[in-house]
Order: sequence, then C-alpha cells, then structure tokens
Amino acid sequence: MSSLSKMFGRKDRAEIGPLEYHRRIWLRVTVALTLIFLYMPILTLMAFSFNDSKRNIVWRGFTFKYYEKAINNSELIEAFLNSLTIAFVSTIASVILGALTAYVLWRFRFPFRAVYEGTMALPVVIPEICMGVALMVFFLRTGFNTGGWVWPFNLSAITIAHIAFSFPFAAIVIRARLESFNTELSESAKDLGASEFQVFKDIIVPHMKPGLIAGALLAFTLSLDDFVITFFTSGPGTLTFPVKIYSMVRFSVTPEVNAASTVLIVITVIITALALRLQNRNNMMQAG
Amino acid sequence: MDNWRKSAGAFWASFLPPTVWLVAFFLAPLSLIWMFSFGVKSGITDIDITWTFQQYARALEPLYLEIFAKSLWMAAVTTFICLIIGFPVAIAIVFAPPKARMWLLLLVILPFWTNLLIRTYALIAVLRTRGHVNFTLEWAWENANGLLTFIGLGSFNLLGDKFEPLALLYNNTAVVVGLVYVALPFMVLPLYAALDRLDRTFIEASLDLGAGHIRTFWSVVVPLALPGIASGIVITFIPTLGSFLTPDLLGGTDSQMIANVIERQFKSANDWPFGAALSFLLMYVTFFGLALRALLTRREGIGDRT
Repeated sequence: MSSLSKMFGRKDRAEIGPLEYHRRIWLRVTVALTLIFLYMPILTLMAFSFNDSKRNIVWRGFTFKYYEKAINNSELIEAFLNSLTIAFVSTIASVILGALTAYVLWRFRFPFRAVYEGTMALPVVIPEICMGVALMVFFLRTGFNTGGWVWPFNLSAITIAHIAFSFPFAAIVIRARLESFNTELSESAKDLGASEFQVFKDIIVPHMKPGLIAGALLAFTLSLDDFVITFFTSGPGTLTFPVKIYSMVRFSVTPEVNAASTVLIVITVIITALALRLQNRNNMMQAG
Repeated sequence: MDNWRKSAGAFWASFLPPTVWLVAFFLAPLSLIWMFSFGVKSGITDIDITWTFQQYARALEPLYLEIFAKSLWMAAVTTFICLIIGFPVAIAIVFAPPKARMWLLLLVILPFWTNLLIRTYALIAVLRTRGHVNFTLEWAWENANGLLTFIGLGSFNLLGDKFEPLALLYNNTAVVVGLVYVALPFMVLPLYAALDRLDRTFIEASLDLGAGHIRTFWSVVVPLALPGIASGIVITFIPTLGSFLTPDLLGGTDSQMIANVIERQFKSANDWPFGAALSFLLMYVTFFGLALRALLTRREGIGDRT
C-alpha cells in the first residue's frame, strides 16, 4: 500500500490507518465509479441541452436554441405551468393536513391510535401503481370528471391525488420536529388562561415552523417529481409536465426535452438545497 | 400525551380534516378496486361484483405467474446488485471525515430528488444505439483500428469490418440497469445508518487480534450490520418490484413487469377486475415485505437492550 501511495505522489501524507477505509484506493474507485454512474446520464442530459446539433450526440457548439424552442412550445409551457400550479396547491394543503396529523399523533391518546398511525403511513409505502389505478377508477366511477372545468379547476383530480400521497410524508417530517417541543410551555400558557386554539396558534405552530417549511419543500418536490400517479389521474384534457415529457420521450430523444428537463432539474436542486440549508441551520440552533 | 376526551374539541378539529381526506381519497379508492377485484366484467364499463375469486385464479395462470416470477427475479437481481455496489459505498461514506461524509451522502441522495422520468430519459440518451456509450465505443474502435493500421496490422480486420453498435436498450439488461440506477440510494441509506451505529472498537479489536480486513468484514461488520442489510434489501426490493416507468421505457416486449400488466388492464385492455386483482396481489407482497422488515428491526431493538 505504501509503495502505491508513493506512486501516486503522496509521500508526505501519513500511512493509511487501519480504519481509514475511505483512503483505500479500491474503495475510492468504487465510490467514484458509482457517482459517475449516478451523475453521468443527468449531466450529459443537461450539457447536451446546450448543444447545437439535432443528432444530439456530437458537440457542435453552444446554443440556447432549444430553450427558445421549448419556450415557444405552448403545450410544453402550459404543461409546465399546470404542474407548478398543482405542486403549489398540493404543498399548501399537504402542510396543513400534515401538521394536523402530526399534532394529533403527537398530542392525543385515543382508541386504535396505532392502527390510525399505520393507516396514515400507507400512502408512503404502497406501490405507486396501485394508488394510481385506484384513484383513476375512483375519479371515473364517481363522475368526478374535472378535465372539462375551467383552469385551474381542471387540475382538481390530480391535485387531490397529489395531496393524498404528499401529506403523510409532510406529517412524518413535522412530527419529528414536534418531538423536541417542551410541553411545559403549553401547560404554563394554559395555566395562564390561554385557550386551546391560542396555544396551538401562538406556541405550537411557531415551534413547528422549521418542520412546516421542510414539509412544504418535501411536498413540493414530491408533487413535481411524481409521474405514475399523475399519469393515471390526468384525463385526456389536462396537460401536465411529466405526461407531456412522457409522450415526447416515447417518440424520440430531442434537445427540446433536454432543455425542459434541465429547467426542472435546476428547480428541484435549488429547492433541495434550500431544504438542506434550513435543516442544517435548525440542527445548529438546536445544538447551540 | 393527553387523553382525547380531555380536550375533545381540539382533538376533533385536528383529527377530522386529515382523516376525512385519507378516507375519501385514499381508502375509498382502494376499497373500490378491492371490491372490483372480486367482480366480473359484464359490459364495456359495467362490473358485477359477485364476490368470486375468478380474477385471482386467472392471475395464477402460467402466463401471469411467469410475469410475477419475472418481476420478482428482476427485483431480486436489482437488489443484489445494489447491495454489492452499495456496501462499499456505505463503508466509504461512514469512514470518511465528517465534511466529506456530508457531501458524499448528499451526492448519493440528490438523484433521488430528480424526476424519475427525467432520469430514465437521461439513461435512454446514454444507452440508445446512437447514444453516448455506443458513441464512445465507436470512437475507441476507430482509434484502435487506426492504431492497428499504423503498426501494420490493418489488413487483417482484427476488429471486424465495421463498428457494430451494441443493443443496450429495450431488453432485460437495460431494465435492470435502470432499476439499479433508480434504487441505489434506497440501499445506501439504510446501510449507511446501520454502519454508522456500529461500534468501531469491535473492528479495531478484531484487527488487533490478528484478523485481516476481509475476515473482519465477514465475521464482525456483516453480522453487526445485518438488520440494516435486511432493511436495505426490503426497502430496495419493494419499490423495484412495483416499478412501472423503467420497464415501460427501457424494456423490450418481453421485459414487462407486473406494474405494466396492471397498467394495461386499466388502460388499453380495459379489464378492471383483473387489473384490480393483480394490484392487490402486488400490494399483499408489499405488505409481506414490510411485515418482514418490522420483524427484523424489532429483533434488532431487543438485541440492543440486552
């Protein structure tokens, strides 16, 4: 091993300790190859959205042409706006419902509480395809055909479905935050005459806030990333981004899809970065 | 925790909204297709619920059993590959210095947040006949051929007359590659959590007492991380088994998995009762896996206390 590290010009560095597995060459190579496997496709997709070539494989120079083309594709833009609207509404509803779920499970003892908790976790664990077909059949059978309604109400079915699978996720995140709440605070507020609602509004919700934000960001990305459930709940009249991309991808690989995908990836990465930043700050605040 | 009776008003106000939503838009739809799974089609859109097991019996016909077996096999292969790749990666992350560890974890999780459809599409662009992999191979072939000509072996056609692009897409291998690509974070995270909890002094003791790294790995690390390994296997296996998009976009005609058959029943084949029965079979397999995982983690909890 030492001769190897000499070969790589690391004479100045200390010998690899027995537990410093991360410094062993074969592990480094494995990690590097794994990361290449994970990122190479996404990064090439993003890079080739700027490529001035229809064949999309040889680099022919930098261009924004396909972004212009994507912006001028009215169906694509409509689908994109629809998806953002769905994600936005779904996020607000998911945070409210998730916060209430977390609060109930955190605060109250009631009959069949464990069953309730398990049922609430079901949307998180059951296969997406099962939930997708169930909702599709449900909307068709109950005649809840929102496709013909005026915008944005034509997106109701998809939004309802998104809320149904997002809010249990939000509830998990918010519940984790509630665990750190000091119940003496709410008890003393009650002793001092605060009503149930005042305690909730002025003490518990402010404490929940980081959890609410984290839950909101999670719900937003979940909604924006979902394909399967959107695919099954969107009627023929409603265009959403994943479904539009799906139909484009089935035909061929085009730089326009690359451009649109790049925009979506950038949005998700920004949101994820924000979420992590917030989480880090919270952890630091808790530690300090 | 308060008894709900003590402040019934607050309880109902916070209990009802999420419960109503879950019942109306999750449990009711599931119950509906559960009932359909015991029915028969009696018209284009009519379904008679006769409480027959006919649809489930049909799901056990060789054709569908084969697809079930194939899905299980594909999910198993994917899980195994994820375990082989994920274990060294998890080890490297756990033993990395804190800062690098945070970045590596982030890098492993990040693709997870990217739209599944976009990731699958990115793989198509890489693997297709005129894709990046074949392009690189062609380039390598041309250069190798050029080199052979240069050293005077060009006339022997050692590498064949013409570069033949590999058919990397629309077959079972492509589906497994796609599934591994999607599922890898599912495996790395539980493994990381298990290895992170592991007491390092055990490893040190084992190394001090003369066991090599490989022996230490098999007799110390693996047994101690076993609950995490089991958890990772279940967490990877379940979503992989039910995946729809990857086999749909990357697979050929013979690489359909169970979710694709379900989709067909609900869309083009328009046979809801049969599709419902298949959905519930898939769900039962999922529940079985989750119960198994709960059992394993509970055993781990007991082990911690003693």
